[in-house]
Amino acid sequence: MKKNSFMKQLASMPYYVWAIIFIIVPIGYVLYYAFTDSEGKFAGLDNFAIIEHYASTFSLSIMLAFIATVVCLLIGYPLALAISRTKPTTQKILIMLVMLPMWINFIIRTDSIAILLEKNGLLNSLLGNFGVSLELMDTRFAVIVGMVYDFLPYMVLPIYSVLTKLDVKLVEAATDLGCNSIQALTKVIMPLSLAGVVSGVTMVFVPCVSTFYISQRLGGANTYLIGDAIEARMLSISADYNKGATLSFVLMILIVVSTLIMNHYTDDDESVAAGGIM
Amino acid sequence: MKKNAYIIACFVLLYAPIIILMVFSFNSLESTGVFGGFSLKWYESILQNEKAKEALINSLIIAVSSSLVATVIGTFAAIGISRLKNKFIKSSVMTVTNIPMVNPEIVTAVSMAFLFMGTLSTLKFIKSDDTLDMISLLIAHTTFGLPYVILSVLPKIKQMDKTQTEAALDLGCKPTQAFFKVELPQLLPGVLTGLIMAFTMSFDDFVISYFVRPKSTVQTLPLLIYSMTGKGTVTPDMYALSTFMIIAIFLLLVLANLAGSREEIQAKRQARKLKKQQEAKK
Repeated sequence: MKKNSFMKQLASMPYYVWAIIFIIVPIGYVLYYAFTDSEGKFAGLDNFAIIEHYASTFSLSIMLAFIATVVCLLIGYPLALAISRTKPTTQKILIMLVMLPMWINFIIRTDSIAILLEKNGLLNSLLGNFGVSLELMDTRFAVIVGMVYDFLPYMVLPIYSVLTKLDVKLVEAATDLGCNSIQALTKVIMPLSLAGVVSGVTMVFVPCVSTFYISQRLGGANTYLIGDAIEARMLSISADYNKGATLSFVLMILIVVSTLIMNHYTDDDESVAAGGIM
Repeated sequence: MKKNAYIIACFVLLYAPIIILMVFSFNSLESTGVFGGFSLKWYESILQNEKAKEALINSLIIAVSSSLVATVIGTFAAIGISRLKNKFIKSSVMTVTNIPMVNPEIVTAVSMAFLFMGTLSTLKFIKSDDTLDMISLLIAHTTFGLPYVILSVLPKIKQMDKTQTEAALDLGCKPTQAFFKVELPQLLPGVLTGLIMAFTMSFDDFVISYFVRPKSTVQTLPLLIYSMTGKGTVTPDMYALSTFMIIAIFLLLVLANLAGSREEIQAKRQARKLKKQQEAKK
């Protein structure tokens, strides 16, 4: 038996080697480039001076991602709740339908929004019948629409999965004890589904804040996000890997911090909820 | 009633743009605002497009091989990880495993680009740039496929019936035999889910492939679609290609679901048999 167990430890060795070379070392490279100059000399925090230059880019990215996340939550929560209250067989089909668009490449999804919003696009040719024409492309509004459309399913799924596991008896108890349906929703269902909301919010916020394609395709020159800045620093003719690494590093820290804050919320509330139930 | 109306409205919003895109792939005009009539000319043009063929082949090669490698390495990794007794080591391994899933794609992409810039240029014996690009893509796709495999196999290991392995060993199986004959069949559903996930993730990936080799000439389908949307004008053959990709992914999902439901049915049958046997014994 001992030999068996040893063999099994050995079996995971290739993965450990792989993870070190292709996950940990690359992150090490990002750190290395972020803290050195173009000649490879240690540069301390010199590179981080560009954050000031990109301050407006960072704040615009965070703002647009935040708005898109809130809109996703406002549309997605009621949708998840409504789906969780249909018949079990219907639920299965509806959830499949929520998941399907997730598998369609996000470039295609973003482009399908562009078809609608373009100057000669469908929306304008329909509105043209009424003599109205809207400049929707190359605006921040279009970017937010794109973000919401691309990532809405990522908000619905985690909330739905928490809602279906929720103990119906708790809701019944609340209504029996005199809660009306709105109170039952705000005082019982919503607090208990917080874990789903948190993971939905992270799953929408992270790709939104780091996107570069959506802003390029739908936002034009008006919306330059962190993702665009990183792309320019890594791939354009004026590439500067040290600056690209610095921006990536800052983005990574931003995500880690916001994820930690979000997780902190659920841990606290889950224990409170559990304590309350007991 | 209100509830149903809301659900329907949401699904219309989710699906309308995609359906419109698919409809416009059959447009006889080169317009995205006016539908001029049904035509297959954009499909003809994409079928004759050499670049599209090449991209499809590259996508398939990369998706098949990276998902297979990820599945083998990942399945064995999950087995080892589940046996780790030290909690600290286990949680550190899981943290590292989660890095590619938690990090924004663009950061993973940039980090890998640095690695390949630094290391691959030292491998002088590989002369062709195309080979280097291909190897980089394979490694990158395997890396982001691995967590999906590990995370779908791990729960199956937890559910595994350990007494069966012990019985096999007691009855004279060697540990490797016990693994392949008793344990692996029990893990198979998780392994297959992981394989399909890794395949679709790879087939669908844009961001990481885009960054990994800045001057890469190897194109995959998503990279080709990106280059077709470019900046400015999009022609409907891009919609035709997109429609093709959507249908390919859907077929994969249907296959995966059929495999899943078949397993479910078999499991139910077995459970029924067991019940009958037990009743007969009584």
